[in-house]
This record gives sequence, structure tokens and C-alpha cells, in this order.
Amino acid sequence: MSQNKIKTVMDKEGIERCLTRIAYEILEKNKGIENLVLVGIRTGGVHLAERLQKKISAIEGGKIPLGILDITLYRDDLSSAKKKPRLGKTKIPFSLDNKIVVLIDDVLFTGRTIRAAMDALIDFGRPKMIQLAVLIDRGHRELPIRADFVGKNLPSSLWEAVSVNLVEKNGVDEVVIKEDN
Amino acid sequence: MKFDKKDILGMKDLSVEEINLILETAESFLEISTREIKKVPTLRGKTIINLFYEASTRTRTSFEIAGKRLSADTINISASTSSVVKGETLIDTARNLEAMHPDIIVIRHSAAGAPHLLASLVKQSIINAGDGAHEHPTQALLDMMTIKEKKGRLKGLKIAIVGDIAHSRVARSNIYGLTKMGAEVLLAGPATMLPRDIDQMGVKVFNKIEDAIDGADVVMMLRIQLEREKQNIFPSLREYAQRYCLNRKNIALAKKDVIVMHPGPLNRGVEISPDIADDPSYSVILDQVNNGVAVRMALLYLLGGGHE
Amino acid sequence: MNLVLKGARVIDPSQKIDAPMNILIKDGKIAELGDNTDKAKRDNGSEQTKTIDVKNMIVTPGLIDMHVHLREPGFEYKETIASGCAAAVAGGFTSIACMPNTKPVNDNRSITEFIRRKAAEANLANVYPIGAISMGAEGKILTEFWDMKDAGIVAFSDDGRPLMDAALMRRALEYAHSLELPIIQHCEDTNLSAGGLMHEGYYSTILGLRGIPSLAEETMIARDILIAEYTDTKVHIAHVSTAGAVRLIREAKKRRIKITAETAPHYFTLTDESLQNYDTNLKVNPPLRSAADVAAIKEGLADGTIDALACDHAPHARTDKEVEFEYAANGISGLETSLALSLALVHEGVLAWRELIEKMSTNPARILNLSKGALVPGADADITVIDPQVKWKVSVKDFRSRGKNSPFDGRALQGRAVLTIVGGEIKYCAPSFKL
Repeated sequence: MSQNKIKTVMDKEGIERCLTRIAYEILEKNKGIENLVLVGIRTGGVHLAERLQKKISAIEGGKIPLGILDITLYRDDLSSAKKKPRLGKTKIPFSLDNKIVVLIDDVLFTGRTIRAAMDALIDFGRPKMIQLAVLIDRGHRELPIRADFVGKNLPSSLWEAVSVNLVEKNGVDEVVIKEDN
Repeated sequence: MKFDKKDILGMKDLSVEEINLILETAESFLEISTREIKKVPTLRGKTIINLFYEASTRTRTSFEIAGKRLSADTINISASTSSVVKGETLIDTARNLEAMHPDIIVIRHSAAGAPHLLASLVKQSIINAGDGAHEHPTQALLDMMTIKEKKGRLKGLKIAIVGDIAHSRVARSNIYGLTKMGAEVLLAGPATMLPRDIDQMGVKVFNKIEDAIDGADVVMMLRIQLEREKQNIFPSLREYAQRYCLNRKNIALAKKDVIVMHPGPLNRGVEISPDIADDPSYSVILDQVNNGVAVRMALLYLLGGGHE
Repeated sequence: MNLVLKGARVIDPSQKIDAPMNILIKDGKIAELGDNTDKAKRDNGSEQTKTIDVKNMIVTPGLIDMHVHLREPGFEYKETIASGCAAAVAGGFTSIACMPNTKPVNDNRSITEFIRRKAAEANLANVYPIGAISMGAEGKILTEFWDMKDAGIVAFSDDGRPLMDAALMRRALEYAHSLELPIIQHCEDTNLSAGGLMHEGYYSTILGLRGIPSLAEETMIARDILIAEYTDTKVHIAHVSTAGAVRLIREAKKRRIKITAETAPHYFTLTDESLQNYDTNLKVNPPLRSAADVAAIKEGLADGTIDALACDHAPHARTDKEVEFEYAANGISGLETSLALSLALVHEGVLAWRELIEKMSTNPARILNLSKGALVPGADADITVIDPQVKWKVSVKDFRSRGKNSPFDGRALQGRAVLTIVGGEIKYCAPSFKL
């Protein structure tokens, strides 16, 4: 087995700066918080969404609604999965009708998760618009999907793995890239 | 943990980890039934056959809704055991169904072990929706989910099951499930309704309802099959109701926050007095029904027809 | 052609023989036992004599199974007399007694004669029909005992449909006694066992299958012991399965009541615990009992309380068994595994060889008053040659019986009949055995 090289590509401050910028960009693009809701995708997007919610409140005042979406039931690889992935809870305790929904995830990769997430959102109502915010865009899209707000574009090869570690979950804020065997 | 059971035949076969996974998955599914569009695409293109050899509105409907909310095609077949007399055996039926390429077969049968026979014959996943007096695992799982929802846990709870244990698949499945999860199970009924050596299942056995429900967190009442009166299981409904009906008086022996469960349909005034059955401060019977759909969705999802 | 079986250990409990000996068979009869059959052979130089080397084998009087179901007439899809007899000789049995629950029931001379004719045509094992006690085995009107005896009946039984009516049982015992024929009773109080599918106990409770209490068997045994005592008649208890039954029979024998009893290999080999997968091949009546019952059956065999081993050979078609447990037919196709399963008792030290042969030949012959079960000069040359060492695996596919319903399929066993000789003719030779 070859030694896996782990490289830190973003530290705590980097993540903070990215999120602050994304918060401003969201506000700028949507001209405030009217009709704005955030939906974090389980599991990587949940804590980022919570942080963005706080940042937006700090800038703009007022609290915008935050939902959590588990996309498992909408995945396109379920029928080929012999063992079913563990199902998480979805919590969207508000209507999405005519809302601007900002979907939040940690890493944008093939785009399949986002496809599933959009299908799921549509089942909750008819949003006015869906926007996508991600901390890392690592490329390799398999579907015609792009993000509206990107923390960092990180060109990567397919045999590398990109992980976003957050204090809430992993005890440390960092983005690392490592070679997978 | 990964769920790798092909079939759900009984609570006896499920591990604590598997039970926890099923219950957690079911809790996640609860939310879907609250949506405007109560449907997810998860089992799109999958076919579920509900093969019912016994009449059952409740369980069959629950499975049907569960399948439909997962976008599966559900087909109900009401077979009758009289077809056995006509020469169509369960094996013939199984072979015929198999030729239609279903993904999951849900079976309810009056003969204990029929789902096991079916599971040994076909490659599809089999869910036991009740077999004779043997097991009714989905009922036990929805009961356990309801208890967990109301009490926050199963471990350490005192749970009384009262009635005709001998003929009850609900009792057996709950005994297996609840004792595995660390609850204390107490049974009560006349000796004619307590099957031989039932105490070896790790339960306490009483003849008086009062002894079982004393200090109980949960009281589960079983439906009395009215036709048993003729089999000398008990002398009369009147006498049974006098001794074993859950009412205002005896429920006072249980904990203050006791919940009352019943697998339905109820014989009000026989095993449970109407004012208890319909009192929302005790009765969680409708929560059981709601959780039933979620538990069945969870099982369909977990078994859900992945390719090898 | 004459036969010499050379170099075997001969065990014949009826003569207290257990020694290396040769056996000379002439004209279908036993001609001579001893160590000088080479001389006997020379004396008969004019005739053809074949010598079979049976070194390391055990030679016994032909085995007798006093409780089999041959299904013919009426259920030929399960078994025929010919296929049942083929199974018998393959299992080492030279004689079998067949129960009357055919269709029609063997409750009259014509059915008895039919069975005997078919058995003669098959020309394999000796078949001794057992007649029904009551017409149609309905437990109401006695059959014509004398007429059936004349036709060749060796015992009476309504097997599978026990005589619930104590008065009828009394009359049957008294009447049969005057004919010097035994009554064989399947002991089961059918009110106590009603709807029962397996032994009542922990396993029936967890499997949700209606139980058959040991009480159902024991109450009827107790009753029949009392009737036999009161009328001073003989009763034979079929397929004993419970500890209580063994105790009742032991006590009755102590009081010199004329009672005999048999059990079947599955009652000392399997317990109700094995039913947990609802395998219908394990569905028998009486049902497989608890481990404590199995231990008591072995004790009963060891101390002589149980006189005979009989396999209750109950062949069924696949369709009778491949159904829900509740609807499955009772019974095990047992003739081709009975000896090997019983030999386990010898390997375990429960029975000595002599005792095993007593229970599989000497005693059944005595109970049914057959002039069989003894290797005496002049007797029919019915002989079983057993290889006590050979290890083999049960395969129902290889059964001669049409009934492939055996819970022992795939089981590794030790010892089997390698040569079955009936009336001086070799009716079965195991593939492993070189003539």
C-alpha cells in the first residue's frame, strides 16, 4: 500500500473568509433576505448552512429560515446499491413556495447530489428560484450543473479525495486533499 | 451498520443493531407522510406484492400506502386458504408470482411458518405480515417505535401485555423485540391463554391483570378473538371483561404517564373500556397506525430490491 | 443354489449366540450353523454352493419392522407394496408388518388377500398385514377378526385413529385375546391433541404451532394398561415417544401386565428443537418430543421397557410435504435409515449388539407370533448381514421407497445392511459390498 499523501488546502481562516464572502454574495445577488431560505444538504452542508445563517443574520439582522435535506431517497444509484445507505432526517419546517432557496453543500463534484436535492426540493413546493452555494468546487461534473456561490475552485484528479472537516463534526476546520488508492 | 437480511420473517431473527437501524430509519420516514406530496421516488419501478391469505384491512392498507409513498407498484392479492383445497398450493402460487418478477412479497397467512416456506422457495425478499400465532414483526416494530417516541427509550421500561397470549403473534413478536431491547415484559391472562413454557421467553407471567400492570410504563392490550369463547378458552365474554378489561380502576395501578396500546381492531368493553381506548391521555392507538406506515416504509426501503 | 456365509460374527439373541460362525443355507432354509460349513459344503458336492466372505460383518436373523405403511391400495403415489418392500430389503428388513390405513382400509379378508398377493408378486420381503380393529377404522364396529386371521392378519390396529371409546377397546382386546393375536394401539387422546401440530412445550410456544401434549399419549397408555390388566389381555403400544409413557409401561411390566412397546428411531434421535425452520419432514405423530423425553426413551430401550424398534415407515409424496406446516402430512420415510440410526445406540453404548438385534428381530417376531427371528436349522433363511463400520451419507434420491420424506437427508451415518437374504435368496446387496 502506498502512503497516502494528505495536503491541507484550506485552513480555519480560509474557510471563515470564504463563508463570509459567500454570505455577502448571497445578499448582494438577492438584494437582501426577503423570501430567502437556506437548505443544507446532509451531511456535509448542514453545518455550513448553519454558519451561513449566522453570518447573514449578523450582516443583515433578522433570521432567515434554515432547512436540512437528506437526499438519500432521491439518489440515482439506489437500485444498484445492494446495501441501502443510512437514511437521515429531513427537516424543512416551512413552505418553499415562491421562496429563493439557497442549497448548501460542502463539495461540488459530479453534480448528482445536487440533482437529487433539486428533485427533493420540488416535492416540497414550487420555489421561485434555487441557487447553489458550495465551499469547494472540485470539477468533474457529470450533469449540467454549476454553483452560484463557490468558496474555492480546487482542480483535483479523480483519484484524489477532498474532505471538508468542520469543528462541529470533526473538531477542526480544514479542507484536505488526499490521494486515494 | 449495514442491513443485509433478505427477509423479515420475525423479531426472533433481528439483532439489537438491526432493530435500532429499522427504528431510526422509520423515524426518518415519518416526515414524508407530513408533506404535501407524500411520495419519494426511491422504489420507482419496483413491484411489491401483498399476498394476503387472511383478511386484514389495517395491515394490508398500511403496506400498500408504504409502498406507494416510496413510488413502488403495489399489487394486492387476496388469496384464500380455500384455494389450497382446490389444489393451488402456496408453492404453486409462489412460482406464479415469481414469474411476474416482483421485488418484495409481503405475506399474511393463517398458518405459522408459511412466510418461511415462501422465503425458501423464491429469491425475492419476503416480509411476514403475520403468520398464524407465530410472529407479526412489523406490528412489534411499530409498537416499539411508538413506545420509543413516547418514552424516549425502550430499555428498562415495564411493559405489560394482557390477553390471549397463546393465540397472539403480536405478543410473541413484541416479547422477542422488547426483551432484546432491554425492556421488562410482564404477561397477564387466564392460564388457558398462556402457552406452555412461555416464561422461558424471559417474561414474567401473571394470572391477574392487576399484577402485570402494577407500575407499568406501557400496557398493551390484545384483541380477544370472540370465537374462542366456544373453545373453552374462557367461559364467557362477560366473565372475561369483568376480570381482564383495562379500565379506569385498574389503570390507576400503572405509572401516572402510562401509555395504552392495542394492535386493533378493538373490542371496546371486552378487553379495553371505551373511556380508556378513546382517552388521548392514555391511548396511543392512532400513533401506532401512523408509525405503522413509517416502519413498513423503512423495511421496504432497507430490503428494497437492490441488484446483486 | 446353496449359500455359505463365511467368517462373520453371528448374533442370534434367541439362541444366545454371539460368536464367529459360518452359516450354510440350503433350499431356502438354514441348514447348519457352526465352524465346519466347509465340510457341509463338501458333503453336498453335487450341488452348486456359493460361498460369501462376510468377514468383519455381523450376521443376524432377518430384521423385522412391525410398523410400516405401504400405502397400497389407495395411495400408490406415495408408495406401493413393491416399492415399500424394496425399501425394506435395502434397509436390511426381511419381514415387515403393514398398517391397515390404506384406501379402502384393510378391514376385511379381500384387502388382506390383495396385500399378500401384491407382496408375493414383489417377491422381496415377507409382508404381514395388520388388520383394522374397527370397520373403516372408524372406532365403531369391530371387524371380522377370525376371517381376517384366516386370511393372514398378524395383529389388529386402527393405527393413526386411536380407539377413543374405552368400551370398544375393551371388547377388541378381549376378542383378539381369544384369537391369540395382539392389539396394537396408537396412543393419543384426540381430544387432548386436537389441532396439535407438534410437541407442546417451549418450541411450540415460540413457533406458534398448536401443541400436542405428552399428556395425550400418556392418558391413553394409562387407560389401555388398566384395560389390559382388567381383562388380562395383551396390548402393544406403538411408537412410544414420551418419558411419562416409558414410566407407565415400566411400572405396568413390573406388575406383570401383558404389555409390550415399540419406539421409532426419530424418537431417540431428534427433538422438537429441530422444528424451528418449520421443516415438514420433521412432522410426525406422535411428534418429536423434548430432550428429556429422548433421554427417557433411551433408558426405556436400555432397561427393556421398550421391546421393539419399528420405524413407522410413513412414505409421502413431495406434494404432501411441500406445503405449510399446518397442512403437511405426518410421517417419515424410515425403512432405509432405521438400522443405521438404531446402530447409533450401539455406538453410544445405550444398547449392546444383542439387545439391538432383540429389538429389531427377536422381539417383533415374538410379539407378532411369527416363526421368524431365529437362525435355527430348518427355519426360513431370513438373514441380514450388517457392515457395522461403513460410513455413508443418507441421500433420499437413492431411496427405493417412493417416499423421499426424510429429515435425515444428508446425514452422515455409520453402519448399514449390506446383504439382505429372504428365504435363502439375496434380495439386496449394497453397492459397497462385493459378493
